[in-house]
Amino acid sequence: MAKRTPLYDKHVELGGKIVEFAGYDLPVQYSGVIAEHNAVRDAVGLFDVSHMGELLVMGDRAEEALNAILTNDIRGMYDGQVRYSLLPNERGGAVDDVLIYREAWDKFWIVVNGANVEKDAEWVSTHLSEYVHFENLSDAIAQIAVQGPKAQALIEKLVDSNSVPMKNYSFKTNVKVGDVCTYLSRTGYTGEDGFEVYCRAEDAIKLYDTLMQAGDTLGVLPCGLGARDTLRLEASMPLYGHELGDDIPVNEVGLGFAIKMSKDNFIGKEALENHTAEYVRLGAKVVGKGIVREHCDVYVGDEKVGHSTSGTHCPTLGYPVCMLRIKKEFKDATLFADVRGRRIQLEVVPMPFYKRNK
Amino acid sequence: MAKFTQTHEWAEVEQNPVTMGISKYAADELGDIVYISLPEVGQAVTAGEPMCEVESVKAVSEINAPVTGTVVEVNLDLEDSPELINEDAMSAWICKIDATDVPTLMSEAEYDAMDK
Repeated sequence: MAKRTPLYDKHVELGGKIVEFAGYDLPVQYSGVIAEHNAVRDAVGLFDVSHMGELLVMGDRAEEALNAILTNDIRGMYDGQVRYSLLPNERGGAVDDVLIYREAWDKFWIVVNGANVEKDAEWVSTHLSEYVHFENLSDAIAQIAVQGPKAQALIEKLVDSNSVPMKNYSFKTNVKVGDVCTYLSRTGYTGEDGFEVYCRAEDAIKLYDTLMQAGDTLGVLPCGLGARDTLRLEASMPLYGHELGDDIPVNEVGLGFAIKMSKDNFIGKEALENHTAEYVRLGAKVVGKGIVREHCDVYVGDEKVGHSTSGTHCPTLGYPVCMLRIKKEFKDATLFADVRGRRIQLEVVPMPFYKRNK
Repeated sequence: MAKFTQTHEWAEVEQNPVTMGISKYAADELGDIVYISLPEVGQAVTAGEPMCEVESVKAVSEINAPVTGTVVEVNLDLEDSPELINEDAMSAWICKIDATDVPTLMSEAEYDAMDK
């Protein structure tokens, strides 16, 4: 049976259509994917992302130990900074993609994908050196994402302005949101400005109600997994299990900014040094009629040159896009996707597909 | 009066050609419809067999022909505005079929009572 987040009853009460995702019963939509998507692009939306996992790493040697299991370099971060990284395996594939939070020089959090919490906890605890303290606190912590151009206005109704993290990819600890003690992080997965708010599981409903109420005059909508997917796809953000996986070398997914080959050593470094990238991640617009979703084979003439990893209709753009895993030598060729026997022409375009005005 | 199939299509079978579409239940289940591949005029269709596809943001779903026959007209408005199906599924017809065989379909009351 699927697990439930602390907000499950709230989703049902709000008319959420519940599906199983990442081992949890979560709402795929409430009012409708497009309305929710637009709320995030134009105003503000709330997402329950409590299925995400939080792993705590502490100790004098925490930074060094973490740096040995991540592709990115976390040295030199300041307290209250967030950094994206891949968590590589020995073969150069990805166990997961993660956010690293530095709370203090000797205290870090790893925020991981919901579907991977158990796998990651096992992986990290076995591969971290024995000199650090490790704890999986995922079940004790809830997370609500507040996303959209009016997210800051919503948060500022509830939080003293000195306690609002102003920089992207930064966070503040022990911030009171209404009555609830939170970690307030300026991060998100939608391509908009926004926050991810962490709290104790038992405070989740109170926090959610407080945020909804504060957003009432700003046009806030509860948003489900459907909109989360269309938003992240427009922003060209990778999703584990689609663009990333255990058997996809991380140097083939266009995330070079998060892979520091100059670091002394880290798990998978040797495999990556010996692996010449064969594939690239491409973004494409659908030229023909129809939608190219994941797992469609992609052809140049009669030759299969890759496949689609994600794809759907994009509400803000008004047309369908997809992300592709394509053999490098075909990245400039004219590509066609096979959609249930029909060939649909693609046009490779730069990513991100959607970029907000700052 | 529209009649219904077990696969959530409606059809006006009292006149020929038979006008058809998908039920409100189907439209609600699919969510925001963003694309429909309309059948072609002249296409031969068989009752209970896939005839065209409708796609929402979430999923793709096949639409079955409610009757056997030949497509004689398609609703081109849906090409540019597939969301009309979400707005009013019973008036957003998909095509008209010159029917050669009409199977027994459910009344609205029977369809509403069907275990979906």
